[in-house]
Amino acid sequence: MTDMAVEAAQVAQSDTPMDRARALSAFKFGDVSFYWITRLSAMCVLLILGGIIISLIVGAWPAIQEFGFSFLFTQRWAPSAQPSPVLGALGPIYGTLLTSVIAMAIAVPVGLGIAIFLTELCPMSLRRPIAMAIELLAGIPSIIYGMWGFFVLGPFLANTIEPAIIALFAPIPVLNSIFAGPASNLSLFNASLVLAIMVLPFITAISRDVFATVPPVLKESAYGMGCTTWEVARNVMIPYTRVGLIGGVMLALGRALGETMAVAFIIGNSFKITPSIFAPGTTISAAIASEFAEADGVHQSGLILLGLLLFVLTFIVLTCARLMLMRIERRQGA
Amino acid sequence: MNLAQFVRPVAIATALAVSTLAAQAIDITGAGATFPFPVYSKWADAYKKETGNGLNYQSIGSGAGIKQIQAKTVTFGATDAPLTVADLDKAGLVQWPMVMGAIVMVVNLEGVKSGELVLDGKTVADIYLGKIKTWDDAAIKKLNAKVNLPSAAITVVRRADGSGTTFNFTDYLAKTSPEWAKAPGSGAAVEWPVGVGAKGNEGVAGNVAQTKNSIGYVEYAYAKQNKLTYTALINKAGKTVQPTVATFQAAASNADWEKTPGYRVILTDQPGDASWPITAATFILMYKQPTDKALAAEALKFFAWSFEKGGKMAEDLDFIPMPAPVVKLIKTTWEKNIVTK
Repeated sequence: MTDMAVEAAQVAQSDTPMDRARALSAFKFGDVSFYWITRLSAMCVLLILGGIIISLIVGAWPAIQEFGFSFLFTQRWAPSAQPSPVLGALGPIYGTLLTSVIAMAIAVPVGLGIAIFLTELCPMSLRRPIAMAIELLAGIPSIIYGMWGFFVLGPFLANTIEPAIIALFAPIPVLNSIFAGPASNLSLFNASLVLAIMVLPFITAISRDVFATVPPVLKESAYGMGCTTWEVARNVMIPYTRVGLIGGVMLALGRALGETMAVAFIIGNSFKITPSIFAPGTTISAAIASEFAEADGVHQSGLILLGLLLFVLTFIVLTCARLMLMRIERRQGA
Repeated sequence: MNLAQFVRPVAIATALAVSTLAAQAIDITGAGATFPFPVYSKWADAYKKETGNGLNYQSIGSGAGIKQIQAKTVTFGATDAPLTVADLDKAGLVQWPMVMGAIVMVVNLEGVKSGELVLDGKTVADIYLGKIKTWDDAAIKKLNAKVNLPSAAITVVRRADGSGTTFNFTDYLAKTSPEWAKAPGSGAAVEWPVGVGAKGNEGVAGNVAQTKNSIGYVEYAYAKQNKLTYTALINKAGKTVQPTVATFQAAASNADWEKTPGYRVILTDQPGDASWPITAATFILMYKQPTDKALAAEALKFFAWSFEKGGKMAEDLDFIPMPAPVVKLIKTTWEKNIVTK
């Protein structure tokens, strides 16, 4: 058998005499450097993550010292208050959570519905165009969603749908404060709806991919037993692909929590918390985007602290998702 | 060898291009107030045609403009909220007024034409305090017996960013409503009790145009360009005035530029039968010791040119040019304070 190492080396430098040891050490050098290059790349991620956390904490420190835990529970946001600024994150936290929850409540059922339709019920000729349209939807830059929400969706909702909902719930005690007027172009609800449309493609695309992994034999046996399509989706496809689905939903939730430009356009930038979802509000990222340019001192530090909070919030969501998956898997195993 | 052959001519060409560009066109950079942006951009266009030198003005709001000049990323900053003399001295900045303009209330009410609706300071303050919630409130009806007002809720639009327009507007509200003076007070960014926040004069104009039954405050040029419905206001003398160059000028004529240190003149709620109540000057900030002296000199050339030839253009946009004696005063301020050599 020919020595592969020497042969390869010979091709490279045919005029030098054979030197097996040297060729081998060249390979070893290649291996080691490859190992270190990949390892350093991986470490970069950790370094960047650590660097971001540290710089956020350093930037937020003056605000942490000034406000402490009251930052989390104060609604008042008054950077120019005398004698010293009062900053509280309750409004942005509330807005961030509320818009994300409403967005997910709309996007998850619709997204799953589209995915089930595409994989189970859709005629072949329609499948490609719909899938393409969804992928295109995912590719639209968020500022365009913001402009569309501002110029088209907002006025449409405020002039037609919202007044109807407000009138409908006006006589019902609790609901009339949740759906209280005036209908506004810029509101938490409008922002939630745009967010729902923005995260829809994520949920659909991922669910479609994971539904495609369901072994046909499982579905066919269910159909063979006389199951309806709904029963197959409900009892075979969704349980089988649970992990992937939750992953997709969490990815979408992550985007909804952090989405900035589209939301800053249409949420109304108000730090006040009102029970009405038709009232203007703000989210953490929208607040940072609209105030960072002119902020300084404690105000700037407070905005950085808001950024840190968003970081922590997203981290908590991801951790919860992991824990949920682990619990499901354990139950599965037992 | 091949690479060097290729690189050299490209490098030479680039160097040539860069140097000729540098010799021909200088771009002065400035940032700040959105209020004077229409007139600055018009001046810049004309100036570019005449001299080849351009002005790159970022209309990002007065608050951000002050921050940019402090960070020395621009040659000049622009603000509608004048800095105090103490702040100017501390930062080593010079301030002067560039042009005057007016802020108007704009509304989006079906069937109501510009100038039909009449408001006064106290009513506007109550709307922005959230005390007046609907258009058919008795306080508004009292001022507008003839106007058909809907019983719809008022959508209040205000600025979300730090703004000199807000500074002058809230200053006016604080002067006319004791309650406003106590609670939100005046400032470039205040704690708004109600309302949706929009970014920049253009944001407020866009929002009012989009939202039925809304009210907002913008610089007059924005109301005019966006064809928004503006209101008449009742001034300090108790007279109802329409926003026109004549009423703006009447208010501006009260200013005593000579005796005010740092030119810190605020023109809201001025006396006089014809005075428009929310008139304002807009200011330029520059360093006494600029880092790039040549660029600072170019900026001053542009301002001198604007004072000299920009008056007509400003009036076309319903801004009020600075009177000649004040311009003379400003020029001596430059000579005395700004080091350009």
